[in-house]
Amino acid sequence: MKPIRHLLAAIGLSFVLSPAHAGQVEVLHWWTSGGEAKAMGVLKEMMEEQGHTWKDFAVAGGGGEAAMTVLKTRAVSGNPPAAAQIKGHDIQEWAKLGFLTNLDDVAKEEKWDQVLPPIVSDIMKYEGHYVAVPVNVHRVNWLWVNPDVFKKVGVEVPHTWDEFFEVADKIKAAGIIPLAHGGQAWQDATVFEAVALAELGPKDYTAAFVNHDMDVLSGPKMVEALTKFHKIRDYIDPNAVGRDWNVATKMVINGDAAMQIMGDWAKGEFTAADKVAGKDYECVPAPGTEGSFTFNIDSLAMFKLNNEANEKAQMDLARTILRPKFQTIFNKAKGSIPVRTDVDMASFDDCAKASMKAFKATAENGGLVPSMAHGMATTSAVQGQIFDVITNFFNTKDADPEATAKQLASAVQSAL
Amino acid sequence: MASHAEKKLTPSRILIYATLLLACVAYLIPVFIMIITSFKTTGDIRSGNLMSFPEVWSVDAWIKAWSSACTGVQCNGVSGFFWNSIKMAVPAVLISTALGAINGYVLAKWRFRGSDIFFSLLLFGCFLPFQVILLPMAATLGKMGLANTTTGLVIVHVVYGVAFTTLFFRNFYVGVPDALIKAARLDGAGFVTIFVRILLPMSVPIIMVCIIWQFTQIWNDFLFGVVFASGDSQPITVGLNNLVNTSTGVKEYNVDMAAAMIAALPTLVVYVLAGKYFIRGLTSGAVKG
Amino acid sequence: MAHSGVVSETTSQPARGRLTQRLQQWLPKLALAPTAAMALVGIYGFMFWTGVLSFTGSTFLPSYEFVGFDQYVRLFGNARWLTACTNLAIFGFLFIFCCLAIGCFLAILLDQRIRNEGVIRTIYLYPLALSMIVTGTVWQWILNPSLGLEKLMHDWGWTSFQFDWLTNPNMVIYTIVIAAVWQASGFVMALFLAGLRGIDPAIINAARVDGASLPRIYLRIVLPSMRPVFFSSVMVLAHIAIKSFDLVMAMTSGGPGYASDLPAMFMYSFTFTRGQMGLGAASSIMMLAMLLAILVPYLYSELRGQRNG
Repeated sequence: MKPIRHLLAAIGLSFVLSPAHAGQVEVLHWWTSGGEAKAMGVLKEMMEEQGHTWKDFAVAGGGGEAAMTVLKTRAVSGNPPAAAQIKGHDIQEWAKLGFLTNLDDVAKEEKWDQVLPPIVSDIMKYEGHYVAVPVNVHRVNWLWVNPDVFKKVGVEVPHTWDEFFEVADKIKAAGIIPLAHGGQAWQDATVFEAVALAELGPKDYTAAFVNHDMDVLSGPKMVEALTKFHKIRDYIDPNAVGRDWNVATKMVINGDAAMQIMGDWAKGEFTAADKVAGKDYECVPAPGTEGSFTFNIDSLAMFKLNNEANEKAQMDLARTILRPKFQTIFNKAKGSIPVRTDVDMASFDDCAKASMKAFKATAENGGLVPSMAHGMATTSAVQGQIFDVITNFFNTKDADPEATAKQLASAVQSAL
Repeated sequence: MASHAEKKLTPSRILIYATLLLACVAYLIPVFIMIITSFKTTGDIRSGNLMSFPEVWSVDAWIKAWSSACTGVQCNGVSGFFWNSIKMAVPAVLISTALGAINGYVLAKWRFRGSDIFFSLLLFGCFLPFQVILLPMAATLGKMGLANTTTGLVIVHVVYGVAFTTLFFRNFYVGVPDALIKAARLDGAGFVTIFVRILLPMSVPIIMVCIIWQFTQIWNDFLFGVVFASGDSQPITVGLNNLVNTSTGVKEYNVDMAAAMIAALPTLVVYVLAGKYFIRGLTSGAVKG
Repeated sequence: MAHSGVVSETTSQPARGRLTQRLQQWLPKLALAPTAAMALVGIYGFMFWTGVLSFTGSTFLPSYEFVGFDQYVRLFGNARWLTACTNLAIFGFLFIFCCLAIGCFLAILLDQRIRNEGVIRTIYLYPLALSMIVTGTVWQWILNPSLGLEKLMHDWGWTSFQFDWLTNPNMVIYTIVIAAVWQASGFVMALFLAGLRGIDPAIINAARVDGASLPRIYLRIVLPSMRPVFFSSVMVLAHIAIKSFDLVMAMTSGGPGYASDLPAMFMYSFTFTRGQMGLGAASSIMMLAMLLAILVPYLYSELRGQRNG
């Protein structure tokens, strides 16, 4: 009975629906926390306005770990979704295996080459062809601050790590948690990345995490970065283990904690709680990284499909994502900035404006670096090895920074 | 089988009862916490503690979890996932039980050269970590045209459930006297007749054990559900996972717990209603060699 | 027997009878065929395929460029793998031991003609009905220092109470043991209770007449006769121990750091998220090898013992 019904359904789909323009887009993503889900809802609405059906394929949890497993099995079974949240180096891997479709026609029509900064479009292309659509640009090296706490304790917002530790001591003495943190590997890495960028500077940061220079990875600057990173342990609460990032953000919003080092998706949580940038909360570059911009670009990679109507819907999805209207609405909800540099920023908040300014400036002066913690800098294999070393180091009470730096180098080497 | 005389409350019996009651409390605490939390309001959770009763008993969390909590972009609660699970679990349980019964019958009463080895190999299959088979299974299902269908998911559950059902039935049928089978064969009854007329009627307890075990395993499975089901046929465990991870900063523990209770309800009901068959079935043979 | 009609029908036609007889011979094997096919492909075929992959340099998706034993060398040079194996040993041993001890103890108590036995039994058994995802979430909450037990004790006035195993890398694996034992020990109790009910009361009465004390009777006579129950329990528990993936995932995600990592999680994360499929395959082959080393001798001796006894 069942197979027949499936067959009938398949025949029905291909014969009845194909002449019509309406198709179905299935989008696999793990944007399920408040601001993210809202932003994704915008895309769903805009696709439905164009007459297409949106098939939500959310796989929550673990920063996309479960979602990646699902995607791989779907692809292997010959039945991938129309679009999936894939980014950074993984786009190249998927394209190399021949799973991704060519978006050059839409790109030409919509003049993507003109509106996207080259550093962004390079990531989206495989052998010169567009295979993915960038959705937004996140700045990762932010420090989120609750100004009320600082006022109450009577300290200034820190701009270097030395200042940070000084201020954090006073906040801690006042009985407030200095740094809100969630003890998950990627969050540990996000904080470490900020410390490393401050200690190494953009040039050595790139040498270490993009080009994997062993001398830098095990060098004295890295040891210093690890030492400072380990010291941060003293300023987070013992319950951080396993905490989700948005729960940590909530601690800053409520004034239970003073600061959080997190990408600007954290802003979505502030917005969802009706807080206003510059008034209820402040965003400053993470200590010591003023002139740099750690970027994390979210993108949807488009898979090869075998249904005309759905392909059409897929192309419409690609087109819609980069239209200024969507870019504006989506990025306001998600907390990021548009990937198009020509979008009018007037309606964005102060943090986004500052982020856009820094994005443009650092693209000129070389301070723009890819985020290691978010899969922009290196392959997932190397990233995983770095995560293991970092998170183990951070969670071990009396870990030795010098030995860890050597371990870091050999771990990276083993995954190359 | 202890002595018949000890019905009076001697100190040692009081001690026994006390120990048993203490164990009851230990087993009940987590579910007790789940239930009282699911009836609390958000404010109640913040002001009270783990074990405090709700100030006002509220079913809002249950209603929200069932019909309006967000699981990703959609906010329809877990009700849809719940029905998906039923559609998947019922056929999978029935098919794997039926197959297990036939296999157990052959392995216990129609042994042939190599049947013991077959059984051992099948048993070893129980211990295969399921993460290993995700990719090859996905490729196989894709080739069969069953990728991301409920049918495909049912097949997966049958394939990896049949080892246990076979184990249960085999051990049960081993306990049936061979003389009974021999007599029937002398009467001319064949393979099918013996099974249908003699063994099946006496198998009710072990069928209950199998159904309870398989239903629990399949209903509670997350890994296969998340990997082999597509967006609109995902089972309840996936829905629960998405619901718990879809938060707007404040974790709504009451809604999480209500959703967890909804997810657990069918199996709990099965255990409470059919629990005595479970013990009876186990007694009648599943644990014998 | 009620089926004599069938008998007379088949015996009255000798030619067809022989055919039926041959069919009868084949029927049992035919009946096993679907399961055999499924096991061949779904278990051993896929196992073999994983074995092949472990000798390749597969990264993102399977590829067939062979690299010899490289992946195994890498595997044993990986600190996280060693942690995961140690954890499995601790977890597996404690989990199985505690479940057997608690399950057996409760079953013996419950076998003393207890009033309301049915209710108590159901209470002990119900945790198995819950999915490990649910169990993990609840226990994480109970053991979380700022929300659960510790806060409760502080609220009740015992302010020096400290229970931070969940956040302590050295102790976290034991919290998983607690949750897993809570979930599965009731089931073991049921198995033992069923076993106890199968024992002939006359044996015990005879021992009592001889003046043996109750604990002594259980230790010397009852428990040794329950070998098959131990066997079934260990099989089921080992099965659950390996599947505890869900539980660890929901409770700690392997944290803090990777202190509560288990081989199944290691394999999962390297295969699917890290793009090191070859290494993941090697780790799953090692898992199977460990299992083989422990289970096969046990299976062998038990199955053989049954046939002889």
